[in-house]
Amino acid sequence: MAEYKRSTMIADAPSGYCPGCLHSLATRLVSDVLDELGQGDNSLNVISVGCSALNILYWNGDFCSVAHGRAPAAATGIKRTNPERLVFAYQGDGDLCAIGLAEIMSAANRGENFTVIFANNQTYGMTGGQMAPTTLIGQKTTTTVYGRDPHSTGYPMKMCELISTLEAPVYVARFALNSPKGVREARAGIKKAFQAQMQGRGFTFVELLTNCPTNWHMTPLQTLDYMNTNTIPYFKPGVYKDITE
Amino acid sequence: MVQINEGLCKSCGYCVKFCPKQVLQIGHERNRRGHFFPVVVNERSCITCAVCALMCPEGAIEVSKGGGKA
Repeated sequence: MAEYKRSTMIADAPSGYCPGCLHSLATRLVSDVLDELGQGDNSLNVISVGCSALNILYWNGDFCSVAHGRAPAAATGIKRTNPERLVFAYQGDGDLCAIGLAEIMSAANRGENFTVIFANNQTYGMTGGQMAPTTLIGQKTTTTVYGRDPHSTGYPMKMCELISTLEAPVYVARFALNSPKGVREARAGIKKAFQAQMQGRGFTFVELLTNCPTNWHMTPLQTLDYMNTNTIPYFKPGVYKDITE
Repeated sequence: MVQINEGLCKSCGYCVKFCPKQVLQIGHERNRRGHFFPVVVNERSCITCAVCALMCPEGAIEVSKGGGKA
């Protein structure tokens, strides 16, 4: 890629995300891939609750904003009634692996033919930085002020590993957005997931490791290093399942 | 050629950090939201790899061929 042009799928205005938030990079990547596939007008974004809901003001394509954690359930209905459309759910970690755990596991287990983009920033960003199921051991949040203790709050939940054990999903992968290499891989992964959906293969799941400068109380550049030293060793990027061929 | 849409910038500094040729630098002027935006200081060195645009969370940078070495 030597040239870059901003996608028309996102509004010509600053996003609602904080400075340096990789959530907006994730949104931008999705819009770039939709442009590349020529599916912008045919796509439908199922927006969940959390920071991802900021896309309501930012996303130019069709979207549907649904109840907390229920994006995979809503996407199931949308995709079944509009099988020709490219449907994807865009969820954060508080939404997907806390309140919406039943919905994501059930949709994955049924092998519904849509894509879930999962932005994992290890905290509840929108509500002020409380502990999420994905918060790392020892990570300080407003509800784990001395760092997360596994004896009382358990261990960070690895969604890619969980979903890849199911029979039905066809593509399960995790990428880190803190380096150009990771972003390029993520872009290719999102494209592969969308293509698999267009071919009617089944459930596809792409986890994107992101940051939260505001609630991690770091500068944007510090969060990228924190991800290298803490997040990536625990949430290992890679393709966990791929039977799209 | 690197074009920066100043109004969209939030001054995270990712473009400056990842540019392999130090083409960009955070400037001394603010946009209307109060963020210091990057400026092109070394356009001749630009190899139009578009890593700055790839890493910009806001999509505030567009890269086209022409200008620089390419």
